[in-house]
Amino acid sequence: MPFVPPAVDDVLAALTERFGAVESSVYRGQTQLVVSDRDAFDVLRHLADAGFDLLVDVTCVDYLEYRGARRRYGMVYLLASTATNQRLTVRVFLDDPEPAVQSVVPIWPAANWLEREVWDMFGIRFIGHPDLRRLMMPEEFAAHPLRKDYPLQGRGERHNFPVITRDHS
Amino acid sequence: MAMNDLQLPENVFVSRLDSLANWCRKNSLWPMPFATACCGIELMATGASKHDLARFGAEVFRFSPRQCDLMIVAGRVVMKMLPVLQRIWQQMHEPKWCISMGACASTGGVFDTYAVVQGIDRFIPVDMYVPGCPPRPEQLIQAIIDLQDKIQREGTITGREFDTAGRQLRKRALVEAADPLAIDAARNPVLQRQLAAAATGPQS
Repeated sequence: MPFVPPAVDDVLAALTERFGAVESSVYRGQTQLVVSDRDAFDVLRHLADAGFDLLVDVTCVDYLEYRGARRRYGMVYLLASTATNQRLTVRVFLDDPEPAVQSVVPIWPAANWLEREVWDMFGIRFIGHPDLRRLMMPEEFAAHPLRKDYPLQGRGERHNFPVITRDHS
Repeated sequence: MAMNDLQLPENVFVSRLDSLANWCRKNSLWPMPFATACCGIELMATGASKHDLARFGAEVFRFSPRQCDLMIVAGRVVMKMLPVLQRIWQQMHEPKWCISMGACASTGGVFDTYAVVQGIDRFIPVDMYVPGCPPRPEQLIQAIIDLQDKIQREGTITGREFDTAGRQLRKRALVEAADPLAIDAARNPVLQRQLAAAATGPQS
């Protein structure tokens, strides 16, 4: 039997009451919300207060040239409640240029490194993040390599190092 | 007194100092294990009892580059690791050698992405390449034996074989001599004799 989390109808009802109609869908028992980048922070704070105390992951998808996609970047927030075992996926869509969204570090401190990774790989700017540096790539790296328009073999970054020969080693 | 007249005891033999130094160096290689991936497991197996690298005098793995003279790069090296690799290489004392173990260290292997260095020989000098993914311990041992041969054959006590810049300068000087025949003759004693014979004129 696959794990099916408990329904989140009560959470959705409370959310609709406060923020109006929210776009939601269910896939294999798991609920997904789509909220605008303007409302995202307030919705996430509301959900945290409603019992979603665990931020499982923050990640992003680049929908460049994706069939049927209207906006380019899709932020993904995976939430869980340790008390009720409810699960919720919150999606926020962003666009070029300057994709940016409010940081959720004030809500869940665990988001710190997750948002740094998304910044590093996708170039999404997190407004209000306490320390938005690259997490994985070297600091002098100039691009965001998980964007779909970034070439697989890079733009020459891996040739920038000094070459040590026998004569100066 | 001629050499032949020397009366040496039976346990004394005469050699060149270079040769003696090479013999000492090749039989006491101290590897620096730069193991970043699965090749590192094979490297450990090579040092362990079954394959027993001690038979070749290279069992003393040291994790301080100051104590090592053979760097074994085992595994893929990512861009972010490369400055570390270069710094460790520069911290090792001369004379030093480098074995690039496995497909990833030698060429990047299957990891042809923005993050992975496509062969460490682009950034540090390499003496031996070991093919394989990962290579078996026998292959690494063969590389160490080959490196020992290379040290015995080419090594000098002052490390002249590492003076690649000097060698390049000497080659450049030959090219700039602008006499193609002279360049060939510099390497070819037969041609030298023919040229000398031609210069003195035909002898009847």
